[in-house]
Amino acid sequence: MFAAAGFFSSAPVQTALVIAGGAAVVSGAVGVFTIIRGSTFAGHALADVSSAGGAAAFLFGLSPLLGFLGMAAVAAGAMGMAGERRAAERDLLTGIVLGAGLGVTALFLYFDVTSRSTTGAAISVMFGSMFAIPPGMAPLAVSIGAAALVVIGLIYRPLLLSSLDPGLARVRGVPVRLVGGLYLLVLAFAVTLSAMTIGAILSTALLIGPAAAALRLSRRPDFAILLAMAIGIFACFCGIWLAYDSYDWTPGHGWPVSFFIVTIIFVIYLLSGLAR
Amino acid sequence: MDKPPDALSVAYLNVAFGARRVLQDVSFSLAPGAFCGLIGSNGSGKTTLLRTILGLETPQGGDIRIDGVRHTGRSASIGYVPQKLNIDPDMPIRACDLVELGLTGHRLGLPWPSKARRALVEEMLAAVDATGFAGQRLGSLSGGQLQRVMIAHALIRRPRLLLLDEPLASLDIAAIAGVVAVLRRIATEYGITVLVSAHDMNPLLAAMDRIVYLAHGRAVSGMTGDVVRTEVLSALYGYHIDVIRVHGRVLVIAAGAADELPAVLETHPVHVSAIP
Repeated sequence: MFAAAGFFSSAPVQTALVIAGGAAVVSGAVGVFTIIRGSTFAGHALADVSSAGGAAAFLFGLSPLLGFLGMAAVAAGAMGMAGERRAAERDLLTGIVLGAGLGVTALFLYFDVTSRSTTGAAISVMFGSMFAIPPGMAPLAVSIGAAALVVIGLIYRPLLLSSLDPGLARVRGVPVRLVGGLYLLVLAFAVTLSAMTIGAILSTALLIGPAAAALRLSRRPDFAILLAMAIGIFACFCGIWLAYDSYDWTPGHGWPVSFFIVTIIFVIYLLSGLAR
Repeated sequence: MDKPPDALSVAYLNVAFGARRVLQDVSFSLAPGAFCGLIGSNGSGKTTLLRTILGLETPQGGDIRIDGVRHTGRSASIGYVPQKLNIDPDMPIRACDLVELGLTGHRLGLPWPSKARRALVEEMLAAVDATGFAGQRLGSLSGGQLQRVMIAHALIRRPRLLLLDEPLASLDIAAIAGVVAVLRRIATEYGITVLVSAHDMNPLLAAMDRIVYLAHGRAVSGMTGDVVRTEVLSALYGYHIDVIRVHGRVLVIAAGAADELPAVLETHPVHVSAIP
């Protein structure tokens, strides 16, 4: 079946499967709410801004996971403090914060490249390097994913109602601002795991793509979440396998995992339009 | 035997946003099972009055009582249907899902299946004649169908008072008749007091028992037959209004120019006053 022997026994592959699987599960749950809330741009911006943390972590020799998470949490907090605003005003603020965040990323990556004479950090932060993730990072990644799922499970109904209509949710006694803040926190968790998987720039694909396809194919939000998780896992696992196998296609170097994952997600999204 | 307390009693209510006084000494009361139209032009304070009753705005003065008990915040005894619900047609939220969220949208945890809850949802959908489209996505429903689902959403917690903010706006004639008939039935069969805001009173005339008319922040209330008279409405609207009867039904139409008003008031003095 697998052209590449030793796929499952490879330690880097095992770590990649665990982290990518966790990222797919959390992104599936959070992504559905991100689309229902009309916060796709905010999700993309949060992922991009988190790259500043990843770049800083490389520069100072810290855990990239903690770097991404720290910056994503700061950005999520800033978005939460901005509160409820008109969509145009919200997008404007998000765009400005996104630009500033990417500026900081550029600074850290410049220092990474000039001080270490390597472009590895830039590639890893922006596009991921899944086979280079240290195995010791897996438990922390799983913990972050589990925490995100617990929070989503707890606030599922208030979050769904406030995503549909914040005013209606407020009348029903839902603490809309608190629920929105918790959503941003789990969004930060999701983009952190996605950034580790396919890089900060492409993490939107894992956050939005499977959820968008699932929303097209489902009639219920809970089914959409399960389907988005399944699509994400399928795309990530197939992407990892293809990237592993690609070392035999072009001897000497393999193809990037992130390319395969986002391409599979893109194709699934196109097919979901036909299946509707 | 003691008379039961009013389902809703509003006394000398004052609401201001900064220097702008939106409601001034607004007073009226509604008996249990009453069907009342809250009539006024756009910007007259209808939505502010509803939001204040809901506890979403803080009044500068006055008193609101539900079933004789002073009401200061949000309450499960008030059901609310907002002016509109902006739903993307692609969102996988079915009509029955939204109705269920009326019961459980504020609760923590995942929505595990429950026969009792499902039976209650089905009962509410039947009460508003929405069983036929219970499984359809909200985005695929017509305006009238969506309003019925919203009413079921508000009814499922068995409120004592049902507030609706312009539920007939942008509906066609058939849908308006259907929604009004459902509301009338709810007031009669369930004994729920219904307060419906509208800028056009004609669709409600055949169904409502009472009118609260808002203009320039002040309210006039009375039995429908007392208020819907040429001289009263002309004075309230500041415009010549004709009240005519066609095939046993009452219709209110604007008939003359504003400069005809003094003559109207001279020949038809207004006797309806603000009724606490």
